[in-house]
Amino acid sequence: MSGYYKDFWRRFLNNRLAAAGLLLVIVLFVLSVFAPWITPFNPDRIDAWHVLLPPSGTHWFGTDELGRDVFTRVVFGAQVSLKVGFVAVGIAVVVGTVIGLVAGFYGGWVDSLLMRLVDIMLCFPTFFLILAVIAMLEPSIWYIMMIIGLTGWMGVARLVRAEVLSLKGRDFVLAARVLGASDLRIIFRHILPNALSPVLVSATLGVAGAILTESALSFLGIGVQPPTPSWGNILTAGKDYIEFAWWLSLFPGLAILVTVLSYNLVGEGIRDALDPRQKK
Amino acid sequence: MFQYLVKRILMLFPLFLGITLITFVVIHLAPGEPVEMQSAMNPKVSAAARQRLREFYGLDKPLYVQYGRWLSHLAKLDFGRSFAPDNRPVIDKISERIPITLSLNVIALILEFGLALPIGIIAAVHRDTLVDRGISVFVFLGFAVPTFWLALLCMYFFGVLHPVLPISGLHSLGSEKLSGFGRFADLARHLVLPISIATFGSLAGLSRYMRSTMVEVLSQDYITTARAKGVKERVVIYKHALKNALLPVITLLGFSLPGLIGGSVIFETIFAIPGMGQLFYQGVMARDYPLVLGILVIGACLTLVGNLLADLGYAVADPRIRHGKG
Repeated sequence: MSGYYKDFWRRFLNNRLAAAGLLLVIVLFVLSVFAPWITPFNPDRIDAWHVLLPPSGTHWFGTDELGRDVFTRVVFGAQVSLKVGFVAVGIAVVVGTVIGLVAGFYGGWVDSLLMRLVDIMLCFPTFFLILAVIAMLEPSIWYIMMIIGLTGWMGVARLVRAEVLSLKGRDFVLAARVLGASDLRIIFRHILPNALSPVLVSATLGVAGAILTESALSFLGIGVQPPTPSWGNILTAGKDYIEFAWWLSLFPGLAILVTVLSYNLVGEGIRDALDPRQKK
Repeated sequence: MFQYLVKRILMLFPLFLGITLITFVVIHLAPGEPVEMQSAMNPKVSAAARQRLREFYGLDKPLYVQYGRWLSHLAKLDFGRSFAPDNRPVIDKISERIPITLSLNVIALILEFGLALPIGIIAAVHRDTLVDRGISVFVFLGFAVPTFWLALLCMYFFGVLHPVLPISGLHSLGSEKLSGFGRFADLARHLVLPISIATFGSLAGLSRYMRSTMVEVLSQDYITTARAKGVKERVVIYKHALKNALLPVITLLGFSLPGLIGGSVIFETIFAIPGMGQLFYQGVMARDYPLVLGILVIGACLTLVGNLLADLGYAVADPRIRHGKG
């Protein structure tokens, strides 16, 4: 087994793009965890004398309409975005995995019912569904995470189901059954571990997707609410002051771009490393 | 083929019921009654409007009665009246916006396929060359760029820095006085940025998909056979390979629809285009429940129809389904 992981790591790190992506992911993580120590400014401190200053040695990314340091807010925004990305994807992965396992393992009408549910959920323009739910509830970071998660599990469910279907007829599963293992034991001990690799890939790509969705929601004013900084809501101010302060629009967007790009690179890297045959 | 058609259309009914069920669940997410919520949250909603809503959804009845009643309203395309001061039927408000959103999305879809297919084919044919690498850099960036940010940058560049394009609305002030052609040119200028942004949104995904199906087809035996026979490379690629590589892309047409419709909220809001997306956004901000739910149902149904059309297109294009049992 350890040989397998060693091989996986070697293949992953040999892929220069994937390695660069991983490095960026780590850097972003460190930045967001150590945010308070990285910048001398307080992200919420309003300073009426230093409003909308262009980037300079003191304020690397300039200041916003309330005189807050944009670099500081972008760094603190990373905390929010990563939190939303991970929690939302966690929810999507758990829900999708459970539904996929149940559908694939039990088959029959349970399977048809669950797969129709997937079809139905896929009919909704996700962004519409998310907005409608938020219209019913209050926009808050916790609801955002939950809603992004609960509208994003369908892909995982299909993946897991397909894996289970191909695994459940294999000899090792039959052997476990002959030995008298319970359904739960077979599902969690024997099938799930073998079905996890495609889930890992789609979860990594999912983090990127969730961060994009959160930033779009916050940009529209129905995501993370100010004064909590998020890349999306800094960009809202960017739009309002677009004629005077380009830096408000440029830097948070770049942060989103780099983050999403690096998670995508890592996700693709994992996919290629898991399945060397498929490598173009 | 006929059998397939009937089966596919019959499938729509359970899916439609499912869509309404989920929408119904969304209605009941509001803490307490949606009506009670209104009184606390939105002083603009009059007592009369609240009473009407209560009757419309039958909120004092058990859930299954409420659902049945709501369904029977839906069957008559009756989504109730908007909470907005104009108090108009939701269906009227939506139907005057749909043509704008649909035509924008159709134009974007045509452009998207028109650009993505050649890009994907070129990348596949020149696999592992500098061209392919360049395209894949573009694809990775395309995946990662938030469309609303790109829209902002375009607004800054073309609207503020070099003011060559209008950045909001569909018409200039006073455009009614222009001649027919002048009005058209004015509209076209207003559409350049929104449509480019909408197109770019899903360009990356589609070109990548096209590349991978094309690469797969090009490795098939019949392609080697064709080449071995001495068929010209151009004919091999555009006749033998492309025909087969295009089939899976048709299905993607249906899948890209929800993304496009959902994305219209973003670019219509940014560019102030009076379409369904903007209406939806305004509805969400004003907590105009009947409007929000109406658009949610209609958006899902549009997707349903889009998927059906894509499947039919697939059936027509693929002889295995056209002549088989399906």
